[in-house]
Amino acid sequence: MVTKQNTQTMIDVSGLSKTFVLHTQGSARISVFEDLSLDVAAGECMALDGPSGAGKSTLMRILYANYRIDQGRIEVRHEGEMVDLASSAPRTVLEVRRHTLGYVSQFLRVIPRVSTLDVVAEPLRALGTDEAEAHDRARTMLARLNVPERLWGLAPATFSGGEQQRVNVARGFVAELPILLLDEPTASLDAINRQCVMGLIDEAKTRGAAVVGIFHDREVRDAVADRVFDMRETLAASGEAA
Amino acid sequence: MSDDDVLLQVDGVCKNFGEIRACDNVSFELWPGEVLGIVGESGSGKTTLLNCLAGRTEPDSGLISYTNRRGEASDIFAMFEPERRMLARTDWGFVHQNPRDGLRLDITAGGNIGERLMMVGARHYGNIRGEAETWMNRVELELGRIDSLPRTFSGGMQQRLQIARNLVSGPRLIFMDEPTGGLDVSVQARLLDLLRELVRELNVAVVIVTHDLAVARLLSDRLMVMRHGAVVESGLTDQVLDDPQHAYSQLLVSSILQV
Ligand SMILES: Nc1ncnc2c1ncn2[C@@H]1O[C@H](COP(=O)(O)OP(=O)(O)OP(=O)(O)O)[C@@H](O)[C@H]1O
Ligand SMILES: Nc1ncnc2c1ncn2[C@@H]1O[C@H](COP(=O)(O)OP(=O)(O)OP(=O)(O)O)[C@@H](O)[C@H]1O
Ligand SMILES: [Mg+2]
Ligand SMILES: [Mg+2]
Repeated sequence: MVTKQNTQTMIDVSGLSKTFVLHTQGSARISVFEDLSLDVAAGECMALDGPSGAGKSTLMRILYANYRIDQGRIEVRHEGEMVDLASSAPRTVLEVRRHTLGYVSQFLRVIPRVSTLDVVAEPLRALGTDEAEAHDRARTMLARLNVPERLWGLAPATFSGGEQQRVNVARGFVAELPILLLDEPTASLDAINRQCVMGLIDEAKTRGAAVVGIFHDREVRDAVADRVFDMRETLAASGEAA
Repeated sequence: MSDDDVLLQVDGVCKNFGEIRACDNVSFELWPGEVLGIVGESGSGKTTLLNCLAGRTEPDSGLISYTNRRGEASDIFAMFEPERRMLARTDWGFVHQNPRDGLRLDITAGGNIGERLMMVGARHYGNIRGEAETWMNRVELELGRIDSLPRTFSGGMQQRLQIARNLVSGPRLIFMDEPTGGLDVSVQARLLDLLRELVRELNVAVVIVTHDLAVARLLSDRLMVMRHGAVVESGLTDQVLDDPQHAYSQLLVSSILQV
């Protein structure tokens, strides 16, 4: 059944241009894309596709307002209203991130000395969930992703690549946010854990989340993506990418 | 007042020392509970700006307006000196780089914490002593040292005592000038953990000057980059550090390994 909510536009990007100007390197200009537009609906998963350097991660970071843009609008549905991240005040962006945007980066940024359980519970704590419940849900998520229980009390700094990535995924999914941005969430995982992440993505879509992902693994992409956004077509004319 | 009222409104603040433009037309807003980091090279005007914001140095021109607990905004340099001093006790805190500048070295650790409470009107000795003990605990100072003089403390302990002294009275806004500056790395790390927890738990707004971008990343929501007295770039901390726009911010970010 397609409910009204599932056809709602959650992300609406239009006229996006992004150029990096490297002042420390003779002001070299890297034009990544020009006039890019895309939209993603609730319950839908859009995969970004294109060769290395095409700008997939750049677009993902822009959707999270981590990178800035030269031109365009990045509208996301936040508590029922479309909000343009490109023109919003920093505190609005933080508010939208907390309540609406989940981001799983390719590599976990480790906060020194913070335990895995707290790292995963943090997005819930930021929403005001009390510690006991946040820890409960974090434990459930970690168990589901097969992160060994003996690691939960430790800071992830010393974990293997795959363990860190699963902590990162757990943190990204634990708060069940309406929009999920996933940069290679399965890259360093074995088949069982890949399956597990695919399950999480499916569940997120079923509850109405909009998902944007970069999946190098074709099998994963074919299984979870409803649409593929080809970044070759948006490459800026003057770009050095490809 | 609600979270929708700006806490500090800074407009076109300038401060010269002779020929030196220490602060050049600085403007920004700070909201309740927000942590603002200020980074920039030595001599770029960070401490001068902090002193202006905290009412310690009067700018040559510009406006610094503070919204009090009743929601009334006023120019801190237009008010009478006693009123400004009162705010510095009830509403603000200032954590100096050198703890000796922020502590009373001639009174005990407990006295240093208790004195702040007495400044805002606490009189009951038992309560004051109790609060001092609570705060000794919170900043991980041994209770057994409550009657020692701060000069018998290590640098890291003094810094934690300074933080306790500032936070005990429940301020809404804290200024920090390189709070982890003079400490060795492992002590710095623990102090950072402590600050991170306290700032979140107490929902206090902070303006923190640091030359350490990793500290800025860890503690601040927003970042301002200063150069020659002027703000050359500002934005969300991760934006400024991951996609710096200004030539000077790019240089600053690229000159460290990874943050
Ligand atoms: N912070 C940055 N500063 C300068 N240039 C950047 C920055 N981030 C990305 N770029 C440049 O933008 C272009 C697109 O990079 P991006 O990381 O988005 O590619 P990608 O499609 O994710 O590639 P891959 O598949 O290899 O991960 C590249 O030329 C890259 O060098
Ligand atoms: N009281 C003063 N009298 C004269 N000049 C001053 C005074 N205070 C600061 N300055 C000058 O103003 C400029 C800015 O100094 P400030 O202390 O604000 O720099 P800063 O950014 O805090 O540097 P650092 O990172 O080294 O602490 C410097 O050139 C300094 O020499
Ligand atoms: Mg990439
Ligand atoms: Mg200074």
